[in-house]
Amino acid sequence: MANMAMRSKRIRLYALTGGRTRPRHHLLLETLISAVHDDHQVSTSLMPELRALYELARQTISIAELSAQLTIPLGVIRVLISDLAAQELVVIHPTGFTYQYDRIILERILDGLKKLPV
Amino acid sequence: MDSRNYPFDASSLAISAKIVIAGGFGVGKTTLVGSVSEVEPVNTEAWMTVAGEGVDPRPDIGKTTTTVAMDFGRITLHPDLVLYLFGTPGQPRFWFLWDDICRGALGAVVLVDTQRIQESFPAVNYFENDSDLPFIVAVNMFDGKLAYGLDEVREALTLGPDVPLTTCDAREPESTSKALQELVSHTLKLTVSYGPDGPLKGS
Repeated sequence: MANMAMRSKRIRLYALTGGRTRPRHHLLLETLISAVHDDHQVSTSLMPELRALYELARQTISIAELSAQLTIPLGVIRVLISDLAAQELVVIHPTGFTYQYDRIILERILDGLKKLPV
Repeated sequence: MDSRNYPFDASSLAISAKIVIAGGFGVGKTTLVGSVSEVEPVNTEAWMTVAGEGVDPRPDIGKTTTTVAMDFGRITLHPDLVLYLFGTPGQPRFWFLWDDICRGALGAVVLVDTQRIQESFPAVNYFENDSDLPFIVAVNMFDGKLAYGLDEVREALTLGPDVPLTTCDAREPESTSKALQELVSHTLKLTVSYGPDGPLKGS
C-alpha cells in the first residue's frame, strides 16, 4: 500500500480499492470489474484464465457474470481477480454495500425502478 | 457503461447493487428475474461446481429441469448504477450458498406460491432468524388469482407485522418492478439517517 501515492493521479484511491479499507479484496457476486487499460501486450503476457478475465473486463462486468461466461467457479474467479487487482490491471468498483446502502443510493435505485420501461 | 476511454478514470466508476429473490422450489423465482432482466437470466449450472443430478423434479407441475444453484439477471438503472437480481437455490442442500448470495444485498423478496406455501417456509425462516437483510414477502399470483387472503398467508407463514406482504405476477415486468420497489422502500424505511441532532428514523 506504500506505493499508492505513485499511482496515476487519474485514478483515485477509492477506485483502486473499491472504497474498501480492508487489505483483502472482498468480492461480492455483484462486484463490478473494469480493465484499467486496453493493453494487448499485457493481455498476451497473461496466463490463459487471467487473459480471458482481463479481456472480458474491457467492458465493466460483474464477478458473477465473469464466472458464468468463463464457466470458472466463483471461488477461483475471486482469486484471479484479486491477482489482477494486485497487479493494478483491473479496477474493483464499489458496491451499494460499500456505502452501506445509504439513502442516496436507495433512492436512486427506487427512482431507476420506477422509470423502467415496463 | 460499455464504452469509455482508457486509461480508466474515476468518472467511469459504477456502483452495483443486489436484491435476492428467495423462495421455495418452483415458486417462480426464475420467471420473476427473467421478467425484468435486460439479459436472459443466467443459469448458474455452468459455473457452480455443485452436482446437479438427482434434483427433485416436480411431476405435479410438469417441471423437469430445475435451477441447480441459482440464477441471476441484471438491470442497468442508471449509466453508473446496475442492479443485479439473484435467485436463491430452491433445494435445501444448497443452503450453504445462501450466505454468499445474500452478502451485500440491499434486501430480499421471498416469493410464495399459496398452493405450496410450505415450500417457502425455509426461506422466510432464514430471513427472520439467520439474516439481517430487510425482506418482504410477495405472493406470486399464478393466473392472476389469489387462492387465499393475505391475512391467511401472513398467519400461515407466521410473519411478523413489520414484514411487508404483497402480491405480484412474476411474469409481468411491471408487477415485478412494483414488488422490487416495495422492497427498496422497505429498506429505505429501515435506514437510519443522521441529522444534526443524531439519528433520525427514515420516513
